[in-house]
Amino acid sequence: MFDKNTLDSYKPTDNKMFSRIDDEGVPLDKNWKPDLSSELILQSYREMLFERTADYMAVSYQRQGRMFTYPPNLGQEAIHIATGMVIKDDDWFVPAFRELGAWLAKGVSLKEIFLYFKGNEDASRFVNAKRMLPVSVPIASQLVHAAGIGYAMNYLDEKAAVFAFVGDGGTSEGDFHEALNFASVWNAPVIFVVQNNQFAISVPLHMQTKSINLAIKGLAYNIPSILVDGNDIFAMHEVIDYARKQAIEGNGPMLIEARTFRMGAHTTSDDPSKYRSKEEEELWAAKDPLKRLKAYITNNKLADLSNEDALIAEYKQKIDKEFEAAEQHPAYKLDDVFTHMYQDMPAELKRQKNNLENFMKDGGVK
Amino acid sequence: MKVMNMVQAINDAMDIMLTEDKSVVAYGEDVGVEGGVFRVTEGLQLKHGVNRVFDSPLAESAIAGTALGMAIAGLKPIIEMQFDGFVYPAMNQILSHISRFRNRTRGKFSVPAVIRIPYGGGINALEHHSESPEAYFGHTPGLKVVIPSTPYDAKGLLISAIQDPDPVIFMEPKRIYRAIKQEVPEEKYSIPIGKAKVLQEGEQLTIIAYGAMIREVQKAMVLAKQKDLSIELIDLRSIWPIDRDTIRESVRKTGRVLIVTEAAQSYGPAAELISIVNEEAFLSLEAPPTRLTGHDTVIPLPMGEKYYMISPERIMFEIEKLIRY
Repeated sequence: MFDKNTLDSYKPTDNKMFSRIDDEGVPLDKNWKPDLSSELILQSYREMLFERTADYMAVSYQRQGRMFTYPPNLGQEAIHIATGMVIKDDDWFVPAFRELGAWLAKGVSLKEIFLYFKGNEDASRFVNAKRMLPVSVPIASQLVHAAGIGYAMNYLDEKAAVFAFVGDGGTSEGDFHEALNFASVWNAPVIFVVQNNQFAISVPLHMQTKSINLAIKGLAYNIPSILVDGNDIFAMHEVIDYARKQAIEGNGPMLIEARTFRMGAHTTSDDPSKYRSKEEEELWAAKDPLKRLKAYITNNKLADLSNEDALIAEYKQKIDKEFEAAEQHPAYKLDDVFTHMYQDMPAELKRQKNNLENFMKDGGVK
Repeated sequence: MKVMNMVQAINDAMDIMLTEDKSVVAYGEDVGVEGGVFRVTEGLQLKHGVNRVFDSPLAESAIAGTALGMAIAGLKPIIEMQFDGFVYPAMNQILSHISRFRNRTRGKFSVPAVIRIPYGGGINALEHHSESPEAYFGHTPGLKVVIPSTPYDAKGLLISAIQDPDPVIFMEPKRIYRAIKQEVPEEKYSIPIGKAKVLQEGEQLTIIAYGAMIREVQKAMVLAKQKDLSIELIDLRSIWPIDRDTIRESVRKTGRVLIVTEAAQSYGPAAELISIVNEEAFLSLEAPPTRLTGHDTVIPLPMGEKYYMISPERIMFEIEKLIRY
C-alpha cells in the first residue's frame, strides 16, 4: 500500500521512480499485493484496451477525412484509466487534451469527443459529465483554473478534489508555477498530474528543462511530489488514490509526474520520425502499459487473454456507433455562432447577426 | 445620501454586494490588510473576513485564472489588477479563457467575474502605472467593458458588473479617484451596462468621452460657453457594448462630433466611435468626425506627460476648428 510513510520517505531529489511491476509484469517487491481486486484489475485492462481501440479508430476516422486534427493517446492509457478509477462525480476534472480514458470515466461520451474533433463546440457541453472542463489549448493555462476551483471547494466546504492535467512541456510555462504556488498557499485540494511523455511536439525533455525530473519542481512550493511509472497502472492507481484522499482530508495539493511515452504522433498533423529515433520508440514499446498489465494478468492466471479479437470487434462496433452519432449531430447553425457569447445577446451582436441573416436570405454564398 | 468620492463609492458598492451575496469574494495584490494601494478595498477584510477579502500571491495571470476557476465553481470573484500596466501578464487568461468559457461550453459554464483596473495617466507615476488599455478589452469578444466618470456612476455600474452573469472589465480612472465628490445614495442601486449618459445638451457639436477625460472636457466647455458655443457632452460609460442610440440621436442633431480619449490613437476606441458615427449619422454630418486622442507613443514619464495628457485648452482648440469647418 502506498501510504504516508511511503510518501514521507520518498524524495524527488533521489530521482527514483515509483513502480510496482517490471516490464514483464512481475512485481518488483515480492511482498507487494495490488490494492485492486482481480475483478478491478481485469476491468482496468479492458478499459485500457477500449481506450486504445477508440484511439486507433479516431486516427482512422481522421485519415478518412471524417474528422479534423486529433491528438492520439497511444501509450499513456494507464495514467488515464487509473485516474478514471479514482475520480468521483463530485470531483473536478481539468484536462489538457490527451486524457481520453479519464474523460470517458468522468462521463464524457465518445460521441462528444468525436464531435469536438470534427469541429463543433456543442461537444463541450458534456451532457452526462459533471464538473468536467473543456479542452484547454493554450498550454498549462488551465492549471490556474484548477487552483481557483480548489479555493472554491475549500470556501464552500465541499469534499471534492480537483484533477488537473498538463504535459512535460507545460512545466516550462509560468502558469504551471503560478498554479502550484497558489494551490499551495491556499491549501487547495488539487492533484496536479504531469504526463511526461518525453516530447512537447518535437522538443525533447532535455531541451525543456535541466531539472533531474519534473516532480522536483513541486518541492519549492512545499507540495508533496512524486515521480511515478506512468506505464504501470498499479503504481499510478495507488498514488492517485492516495492523493485524492489527502486532498479530501484537507491536506492540500500534490504533484505527480507520470513518466510515460507518447507512442503515437503529437497530433494527426505531426510526423515523429523527424525528431525521434526508432531505437527510442522500441525501448518504450517494451514498456507499453497494456503489454505490462496483460503480462501480470497472464502470470497470475487471472484470465485468458490469448484471443481478444471478439472483444475488440465488439468495441469497434460500439465506437463506430458513437462516431455515427457524432456525424448525425444537428448541423451547425448561424445562431450557434452568436448565442453563447453572453447570457443575454447585446444589441450589437443582434445587429451583426442580422446583417449575416440578410445576406443569407439574399442567397448566401453561391 | 452621503457625500463620497469615487474610491468611497466603489468601496461602498463592494461592501453592499459582499454583505448581500456570500458567493462574492474580492482579492488581488495588497487588497486585504492594506485595503489596496489606492485604499479602494479598505476595511472590507475586517468586516467580511480573510476568506472573502484577501491578499493573493503576486501573479496577475493566476489572479485572473483562479477567478475563472472560482466563478465556474459558483463564486463571484472581484479581482484587482493593481495598475493598468500590470494587467498584461493576465491577458492570456482574460482573452483566451475568461472571455470564451461560456461560448466554449455552450453556456454550461459562465464566468461572472469582475476585473477591476485602476487606469490612466496624470498622476506623476512610474512607467506601467499610467496606461489606457481599454481597446484591448473592447476588441475582445465575450467581455463587457465599463468606465465610470463620477462616484454615483461608479457605484451603480460596479453593482451591475458584480450582478452581471458575464465577465466585466471595470476600469477606474485613478486620476479622479478623489478629485470629485458628490452625493451618492447609501442604498443599493444599479446603472445598466451599455447605456451612455448625456451630461450636457447642446446644438452645435457633440463631444464623446469617458473616464477622467470627462472632467477635462467639462473644463473646455466652460471656455466654449464664454464664446457662446453650444456643445453636447456624452459620457460613454460603457466601452463595450457601445450605446449606438444615444450617439445617433446626438450627432444627427448637432452634425459635428469630437471624440476625446486618453488612449492611443490607432485602432483605439475613438476609431470605433467614428465608425459608428459614420454608420448611423453620415447624412447629418457637417464636418469630418474628429478624434483627439493620446499619441501613438508610450505615455511619457511625469516630466514629459504634459505633451501627452489632453488639456482643456487642447480640447477647445479642436472644438473651434470643428465649429469653423
